[in-house]
Amino acid sequence: MYDVAIIGAGVVGRALAYTLSSFELSVALIEKENEVAMGASRANTAIIHAGFDPTPESMMGQLSVEGMRRCYQLCEELDVEHRKTGSLVVAFEESQKSVLEILYRQGVENGCQGLELIDGQETRRREPKLSEGIQAALWAPEAGVINPWEFTLAMAEVAVRNGVVFMPDREVTGLAWQGDHYQVTFSLPEVVQARFVVNAAGVNSDLIHQMVATSAFEIVPTRGEYYLLDRTVGPLVHSVIFYSPTTQGKGVTISPTIHDNFIIGPNSEIIEDRSDTGVTRTGMDHIGEMAIQMLPSLDLRANIRNYAGVRANSRRGDFYIRMSAEHFLDLAAIKSPGLTCAPSIARLAADLLEEAGLPMRKKSLWKGGRRVIRFKEIPEEERQAFIKDNPLYGRVICRCETITEGEIVAAMKREIPPVSIDGVKRRAGTGMGRCQGGFCGPRVLEILARESNRHPLTVEEDGMGSFILTAETKGGCAHD
Amino acid sequence: MTERYQLIVIGGGPAGLGAAIRARENGLSRILIVERDVELGGILNQCIHNGFGLHYFGEELTGPEYAGRVTDRLEGQGIDIVCDTMVLSIESGAEGHRLCLMSAKEGYRFLDTKALVLAMGCRERTRGAIGIPGTRVAGILTAGTAQRYVNMEGYMVGRRVIVLGSGDIGLIMARRMVLEGAEVLACVEIMPYSGGLARNLVQCLDDYGITLLLSHTITRIKGKSRVEGVTVQQVDASLKPIEGTEQDFDVDTVLLSVGLIPENELTRAAGITIDPRTGGPVVYENKETAVDGIFACGNVLHVHDLVDYVTEESEEAGKAAAMYVLGQEKEHPEKLEKEAIDVVAGPGIAYTIPQKIRPAGESEKTRIFFRVRQPYKSPKRLVLRDGEQIIASSRRPYMAPGEMEHLMVNQHMLEMIKGRTLVLSVED
Repeated sequence: MYDVAIIGAGVVGRALAYTLSSFELSVALIEKENEVAMGASRANTAIIHAGFDPTPESMMGQLSVEGMRRCYQLCEELDVEHRKTGSLVVAFEESQKSVLEILYRQGVENGCQGLELIDGQETRRREPKLSEGIQAALWAPEAGVINPWEFTLAMAEVAVRNGVVFMPDREVTGLAWQGDHYQVTFSLPEVVQARFVVNAAGVNSDLIHQMVATSAFEIVPTRGEYYLLDRTVGPLVHSVIFYSPTTQGKGVTISPTIHDNFIIGPNSEIIEDRSDTGVTRTGMDHIGEMAIQMLPSLDLRANIRNYAGVRANSRRGDFYIRMSAEHFLDLAAIKSPGLTCAPSIARLAADLLEEAGLPMRKKSLWKGGRRVIRFKEIPEEERQAFIKDNPLYGRVICRCETITEGEIVAAMKREIPPVSIDGVKRRAGTGMGRCQGGFCGPRVLEILARESNRHPLTVEEDGMGSFILTAETKGGCAHD
Repeated sequence: MTERYQLIVIGGGPAGLGAAIRARENGLSRILIVERDVELGGILNQCIHNGFGLHYFGEELTGPEYAGRVTDRLEGQGIDIVCDTMVLSIESGAEGHRLCLMSAKEGYRFLDTKALVLAMGCRERTRGAIGIPGTRVAGILTAGTAQRYVNMEGYMVGRRVIVLGSGDIGLIMARRMVLEGAEVLACVEIMPYSGGLARNLVQCLDDYGITLLLSHTITRIKGKSRVEGVTVQQVDASLKPIEGTEQDFDVDTVLLSVGLIPENELTRAAGITIDPRTGGPVVYENKETAVDGIFACGNVLHVHDLVDYVTEESEEAGKAAAMYVLGQEKEHPEKLEKEAIDVVAGPGIAYTIPQKIRPAGESEKTRIFFRVRQPYKSPKRLVLRDGEQIIASSRRPYMAPGEMEHLMVNQHMLEMIKGRTLVLSVED
């Protein structure tokens, strides 16, 4: 019997697991995919929002600035790649300028610091490649960029280190209240019992909600598509550039990534199939046009990857966070800025659980913190000695991003080891660059198979069933 | 600055090996070859098919055989070799170049050299570079990655295959997959002509009954975890998909052969001028780049069709590097630079190598390599002009973008040039 079962190992579920791991509680984290961060947490704009976007009365407005500050704190504590870049919302016309003023006032009320309304000239002084057509902008110095996978993983690793049980590959099919606990059932013949259940199921959170309560909200799966451009186009921009929201909704964003590549997107398209993360020609063309309007010199030929994520939007336009049934907490409809708010959502969730009767006693022994060795960050004068002691850090596997075998093997030995090629990518950063794993893919596969004692034929590229190799050749494989 | 090497060659494929050997033959004694893979030979090692060496060795070899032939020449030459080693950076100073090298064995270190030959080869364009809509699932590989799995590791990458793009590696892999028991449903090419060698179209597609769909492209990839199918559409003259021409193919694998890109990240970081048309450095007639003492050859300079030409080109670069180190150049480079003539790709020509010629340079003959922009099925004339004056010309019965062409220019003709530019074009 667990004290708490969290459904969904995205950034929200992980932030809560991290928070709860410091209390004397037994916690299970249930995930339908084979990994953490397999939904919107991995396919997003990778931004820490400053917090001017949501209205002050909304839940998002109340959680944004707290979440943003806590994000930076966690990034420091858990050695998560991030950079405070600041952001600009740019306006081309009068109607957009008044939107900037509204955003400014909201931001001040939400607690953002250092907001500034600037004119077009000043905007271009700060970001010289931006269009001459830009009339004004809102500058928010507290915005930044983050590695969203690492953020989720880092919290997950600490949670698991402190006793949280991670249960991947389990899709919840039923939730039944037994008077003092829930019985959680899966497609597998297995049952989990828990006194409290937390719904952090992202794009499927309405379905989980409906297992225990009458429908209170409906997820409107909204797909956002992106471009990832190689850093050879750069530096395009130094900060995050948002297109001022219009009546057509929020515009496209141009943002540097923590690895100095550039993300462009998203569009916003309501879709039927919640799992449809395909990209479309129309979507890509639309994003391209919007981006070129902001950055006329943009060359989309530097594209190295297109991807899409499905957001858990709801018609309410706000998060849905409340105790919806006996011992059942919804952390649902977490849309943008959900990544930024994850730590404050987790704090609020812990408060709500305590109010509902979950005993919260701090653990006397909690092992926090996290350090990652990234070869690129080792000071030049220490590198020779470091490789002498750790020769695997001298062998470059990913040439585009200069990721060494040492970093891959270290990732294999962390609390939640990767199970797929993309799992290694999300931990060590291999295959992120311009060749998209063309060179390093076969070598990562070999290392993954070797370190986890698996046959190469069983290695998946990403989610369940995404096998890369289908058989041995007629002559057999080279490694038997 | 301690001058440790006279010449460092980055890359141990056919280009790097050719340059190193020729530099040795021309009098250099302290030469180092740096290779990032665990063995020499480069991509030839995974090209187990034949068709190599006809031009250079006068016989037909497989890729590994060709690599073996070239590697054997290193025997007893006293050329230093380090494998499993990456060059992380190049820094050029007044007296030479300092390279940062990294390997598991030797760690992180710096080496100095008087001259440098860039021979890093090329990489494949990816799905991202061409932006195919659909899901990002397993079963989408570049043809070269598939080639490595099949030929080097011994694993199959799929059972029902479609090849996008008709570059040579794609054609070769279409045949290879059939030989390993897979079904290849089609090879799809967006252009109205193939980007591969004519002989590969016959030997890899025609001989195996594989359909080549010209003016078609993949417009959607379907699947949840692995490829479950693709939609192919015909394209119009502006390469836009035509509605109503959709055909679905039931495949589990998409192999991409959509172009090669010279691997010039190091080159760019070293501040060497890159030609956007080739994706490689701008070079003079002796394969020297815009930076003194740095030469480039092979696929890092421009993508070749035959390895034989890589070898020839690398030998020129190796010889020029030796002359540079030994101070045997006729004139001071700065003076030569003032005299340099630009070679411009005129109508019908995609690019030229070299991009600059110094008439008072070393060579007796200068060979200009180039590719045409479109196929010419009827005889055409290639003309190199200095204004109205014809400097060289040659007739070709047939030309295609998939096949590299070259034109010889005699030294005495170059000396007569009055203008500052030479224009190469296709004429009737």
